[in-house]
Amino acid sequence: MSMASSWHKYASPAEASRRRPLILRTDVLIFLAILALVTLGATLMAQSGLISTSFVKTLGKTLCLCLAALAMDLVWGYTGILSLGHFAFFGIGGYAIGMWLMWDRTEAIVQSTLARGPLPATDLQLQEAIGSQIFGVVGASDIPWIWTLAGSLPAQLAAAILVPGVIALVFGWLAFRSRVAGVYLSILTQAGTLALSLWLFQNDSGLRGNNGLSGLQNVPGLESVPQSTLSLWFLWASAVALGLAYLAAVWLVAGRFGSVLRGIRDDEARVRFLGYEVEHYKLAIFTVTAMVCGIAGALYYPQAGIVNPAEIAPIASIYLAVWVAIGGRGRLYGAVIGAAVVSLASSWFTGGGAPNVNLGIYTIRWTDWWLVLLGLSFVLVTLYAPKGLGGLVDLWTEHRARRRTGDLGPDQGALRAEEEQA
Amino acid sequence: MKKVILTAILASTALPALAQEQDCPIKVGVLHSLSGTMAISETTLKDTMEMLVSQQNEAGGLLGCDLEAVVVDPASDWPLFAERARELLTVDEVDVIFGAWTSVSRKSVLPVLEELNGLMFYPVQYEGEESSKNVFYTGAAPNQQAIPAVDYFLEELGVERFALLGTDYVYPRTTNQILEAYLKDNGIADEDIFVNYTPFGHSDWATIVGDVVEMSEDGRQVGVISTINGDANIGFYKELAAADVSAADIPVVAFSVGEEELSGLDTSNLEGHLAAWNYFMSADTAENEEFIAGWHAFIGDESRVTNDPMEAHYIGFNMWVNAVEEAGTTDVDAVREAMWGQEFPNLTGGTAVMGTNHHLSKPVLIGEIRTDGQFDIVSETDPVPGDAWTDYLPDSAVLEADWQELECGMYNTETETCVQIESNY
Amino acid sequence: MTLLRALLLGLCLALPAQAQEGAVQTLLQSHADDIAKPSRRTIQPVLDDLAASGLPGILPFLEAWADKGIVQRDADGLFFYGDRNGDAYALRSVEDGTDAGTAGRREASELKPNAGVRKLIATTLVTFQLNDPDPDRRRAALDALSRNPTPDLLAPLRASIETEENRALRNRKEALDRLISIRFGTDPAIRLAAIDWMSDQVSLEARAALNAVLTTETVVGGAPEGANVARRLETGEDFTEAQALAVLARAEIVPDRVGRGDRDAALIAAIADGEIAGRPVATLDTEAARWAAYDALARAGDAPPRPPEGAVAELIAANPITEIYDEPDPAITDAARAALAEVDARVARAQVADLGLDALSLASIYFLAAIGLAITFGVMGVINMAHGEFIMIGAYTGYVVQRVVPDYTASLVIALPLAFAVAAAAGVVLERLVIRHLAHRPLETLLATFGISVALQQIFKNIFGTQAVPLTSPDWLAGAWTLNDVVGISYIRIAIFILAALFLALLVWILRRTRLGLEVRAVTQNPGMAASLGIDPDRVGMVTFALGSGIAGIAGVAIGLFAQVTSEMGAGYIVQSFMTVVVGGVGSVFGTLAGAGLIGGLQKGIEWLNPSNTLAAQTYMILFIILFIQFRPRGIVAQKGRFAQ
Repeated sequence: MSMASSWHKYASPAEASRRRPLILRTDVLIFLAILALVTLGATLMAQSGLISTSFVKTLGKTLCLCLAALAMDLVWGYTGILSLGHFAFFGIGGYAIGMWLMWDRTEAIVQSTLARGPLPATDLQLQEAIGSQIFGVVGASDIPWIWTLAGSLPAQLAAAILVPGVIALVFGWLAFRSRVAGVYLSILTQAGTLALSLWLFQNDSGLRGNNGLSGLQNVPGLESVPQSTLSLWFLWASAVALGLAYLAAVWLVAGRFGSVLRGIRDDEARVRFLGYEVEHYKLAIFTVTAMVCGIAGALYYPQAGIVNPAEIAPIASIYLAVWVAIGGRGRLYGAVIGAAVVSLASSWFTGGGAPNVNLGIYTIRWTDWWLVLLGLSFVLVTLYAPKGLGGLVDLWTEHRARRRTGDLGPDQGALRAEEEQA
Repeated sequence: MKKVILTAILASTALPALAQEQDCPIKVGVLHSLSGTMAISETTLKDTMEMLVSQQNEAGGLLGCDLEAVVVDPASDWPLFAERARELLTVDEVDVIFGAWTSVSRKSVLPVLEELNGLMFYPVQYEGEESSKNVFYTGAAPNQQAIPAVDYFLEELGVERFALLGTDYVYPRTTNQILEAYLKDNGIADEDIFVNYTPFGHSDWATIVGDVVEMSEDGRQVGVISTINGDANIGFYKELAAADVSAADIPVVAFSVGEEELSGLDTSNLEGHLAAWNYFMSADTAENEEFIAGWHAFIGDESRVTNDPMEAHYIGFNMWVNAVEEAGTTDVDAVREAMWGQEFPNLTGGTAVMGTNHHLSKPVLIGEIRTDGQFDIVSETDPVPGDAWTDYLPDSAVLEADWQELECGMYNTETETCVQIESNY
Repeated sequence: MTLLRALLLGLCLALPAQAQEGAVQTLLQSHADDIAKPSRRTIQPVLDDLAASGLPGILPFLEAWADKGIVQRDADGLFFYGDRNGDAYALRSVEDGTDAGTAGRREASELKPNAGVRKLIATTLVTFQLNDPDPDRRRAALDALSRNPTPDLLAPLRASIETEENRALRNRKEALDRLISIRFGTDPAIRLAAIDWMSDQVSLEARAALNAVLTTETVVGGAPEGANVARRLETGEDFTEAQALAVLARAEIVPDRVGRGDRDAALIAAIADGEIAGRPVATLDTEAARWAAYDALARAGDAPPRPPEGAVAELIAANPITEIYDEPDPAITDAARAALAEVDARVARAQVADLGLDALSLASIYFLAAIGLAITFGVMGVINMAHGEFIMIGAYTGYVVQRVVPDYTASLVIALPLAFAVAAAAGVVLERLVIRHLAHRPLETLLATFGISVALQQIFKNIFGTQAVPLTSPDWLAGAWTLNDVVGISYIRIAIFILAALFLALLVWILRRTRLGLEVRAVTQNPGMAASLGIDPDRVGMVTFALGSGIAGIAGVAIGLFAQVTSEMGAGYIVQSFMTVVVGGVGSVFGTLAGAGLIGGLQKGIEWLNPSNTLAAQTYMILFIILFIQFRPRGIVAQKGRFAQ
């Protein structure tokens, strides 16, 4: 694609945004309306007993995954950085909030027990009791340094956002500074993710090893609230977070910042020659999306109930990329559609919801064959439908209005141009 | 089996009124991974449960109802265990769940069970330090597997230096911690205990095996206590064989290697190495013969082996059936009370008794691996009551679980207070 | 059931033949309980009694017993040689092995002495076997002796050396003679000579013998007259103050340490009217306050006192703690210590060599796993996430071949080329169907091949099950090459090393000496230019893909021989392989070699520093590599060409 035409296209959404407030753009309105509808509908249906608490939790978790996919889309679909580590940030967010949930719940239990003892509790006694309650399960009783601030909700909430941010900042600074890009960067992020999950797997790292943090669905202070209500609260919180993040993302990509990001995706060298500090832009989007993933994780794991190193395994981050690719890269709603469709389909197929197909000589059990289907359909999407499910929306809008509102499509051929220059 | 049938007939004739009150069919939830990494072990247990349910139905069902197994697949994904358990209890409304394998999956399910007052039978040997009101542990606690095995090493093999090799997760960690404390109590010095943890599926064992062989340099007998899990055992035993370490030189006792695991191995070089379980397929009793025959008939494959967790489910299921009949209902609280003191014959002889701490009293067997992948039982203890809280760690020694008298799963005998009603997750 | 048993019992008793008991049976019956349920702790007197009887039937009985070949008939408790035939045992008399009828499987119990008892039986048999005409039995006797050396066997062993004709066995006997002499000998000159001989050794047996001489006992309050003192223990150097206090407490010089649990128990017991020793209970909410209250109790005599703090040095000066050798002769212990120091130095060097071998072996495995990836990455610029699955395909090919061809050697010979062919074919299919269509979109290739990887893993899981399948190496690859007791490496690992070296040579030859290699190098450096010179990059891509995948298939067979074959085995190697390629430098065979060497060496090095946690080694290695790439992004062997940005 020629340079002139790209710049022409990039300009159009920015112009559009000047004409109309972002929140009133049709696609944004439709998205927010659907989100509100789903949340309200689920609430009503849950209240009337039509859907179970576990389904409400599934919905809430799906919204969190959509939020992570949104972040992934910003970093990959818009900036062209295929990070295979963003789910690690999601996990870190979960760990950060999980530490507070475990600590506070345990502290309350321990305090009430010790208060019933004949001697007033000493601080050391309290610490030891908490330690053996939390870490007894992994054969330890000392409280690792990493839990120093676990008793403070604000500190852990900040950690859920800042720890992913700082890690992304340091990692990104190192990587972008040495001009590590393309597949190299992907492999590096994957290696980093593997290192993190291996580190978490160790008991010595102080986060309960393979067991991870569990019992997270019990929120301290809200013991009297039944899970059926709590799950709705989390659903709402997740929906609000997703809605806000979507608005913020729309604002981000519609402005000059977004244009530079797309420029970096399509031709990094030219953007650099135009005088932009490419590394700063990449670092900024890498860090911000990592923090968004942290928030998503902090909302997700109290609904899942348990966070452990297996969640952070490199494959999870690849799945995140798969969702975005299937949904359609470079369009925000594409990422959300991809994450929602694939993760819900996945739980439908593996949950035994899908009927088995009897071929006479062989019965296809979807619990066994779902991954094959997912893997192959992913290959097919990459080969034949690079726009993903979002491409269907294109077909529809083009058919209706026969006009295009800016190219947010995938980076076809972009890297080829880069190679030729090298 | 005969006893079950007999009691079933007795119960169904004696309690016709209750039978009518029961919602039919009685649903039995089966929560075992059918896909993912744990499918290898857990699918067998799912099949076992389906066999037990169908055998019970052939014998006339329960309380005049047919039993129905509700099978779900948590796919070796720990959070999914909690989700599926919630679905089983609230959507399918099962009366009891048989399930979970790994400790982390059990810990994942626990809060849901306790919140919704469900009932689960957990069939796998585990690290102890837990007693939930809503779980019956039919597998071995450390004092029913690890401690007797160490005693065997100390007493019978004269082992004086110990290598504790494990996969890095909660069961080996906690078990090794208990064993370390126990060994020190028995006068084994710190420097005579070598502890090593490897990742799941570890394959590069040369250095570790070398380290273990080095331990015999001071002339005392070395023994290996292995809590190595799953596939990693294959590389470990291959390396042992390659290094020409025979069981007579350095015996290895494994807590996670049974008949099922050995079927994936060439056992010719493993002869004489040990495993400690509450059940071996080679146990020569009439009950076991009948069980194996039933299993082969159900699964349609004569070469399939039976193993310890299968026996645990067999005992657990039959105890539950008897308890439901005694209680006349599947109501969880009533069944729990009927479970205390419930007795049922082991497949290896003797009788298993369910304690009020929700652990079984069972004999501990130690077997030597034979070339055909089965075990020669070389030691059998009297029935050992399962201890929820180990006596060898100072923090746990003061704790006790008794749901009948104390109504608490974590009771501090020193301060005489119940630490908590719910479990640690 | 009981009725049936009683009936059977009656039947058995009625059989007349069993009434007559021979001398062996009578002797055995006098220890019937111990023999039926033997324990290592109690069986020695029985064994001594049996051996002392001198009955000719005892020796074969002991051998059969240790071999789990004895049964006891439940009805009358008599012992027989028993062979299981279906549902019955064929019984033979313990007197002379003559036929003694049969017993149903439930009428007799097999005796299964445990390994500890078997060891003692073997030791008992040593005296009889040392001069046995069968060399295998003599070897078994020596094995038993070295596992369980006892002083009283020294004389028979020495006596048997003279008549020993087998050279190897004679050497072994002489070595054992020295080993046992060191520990149990009475003549100091012989012992010293033996110790001197040991100082040239590195074997475990030698170290064991020397260490056994140097066992010590800790004594408090000065060594007794004439004792062979090993050393005086100093706090800070040999042990901590807490340990010193514990030793002193054991000698009842200071009171036992009072733990916090003991303290609290004492405090709780002393609660009276809401006060402890005059202090209100509510004030005891700090550790210091509790200790103060406890000390007050102790002063009042209501609780045991605590050991003094801060005065440990004086206490130790007043009560010196010494270690005394159990061996009274200082000449012997000095010699043993010197010899052990020499041995230890040699062992340390050998350990380094052994670690080097392990690292080399690991590096060759990584090399084999990664080299295929390196060439496809270098030539085509694509990352093939399904590379690990080609390794798996190779391993399963090996497994299927073993199922069809039962001979392990033949099956290996067939499996290696077949694994190459199958994996190469799979690679070509992948290249033609997927990768070619994604040319110049490396990120999408990465993700698409990941989809293939997921699908392949699951398909193999569905076909072969989740359980690991066995891939057994032929007998000639079993065992290990051992230089001595420290340095050794299994033959399989040597074979993998040779395989890796072969492929290295082959690839270097192909790349440097063949037309294909020329084309590959051209495409690697500049595909556009190569194409304009008449090279078909597509064809070159396909051939390299086939080659790379094929080598992965062979790597799969090799890995399966020493580790587990599962559908997930490839996934375990994929990240490691990428690291190897990236660290080494993309597109270079020698770069991959360097990368594999670095990663293998690094991993073993970190493992050596922290032997108890293999997981940590892997974590730190990955972190190191991430940092390494920051500072040397093109890898060790930087290649000029399309990826050298």
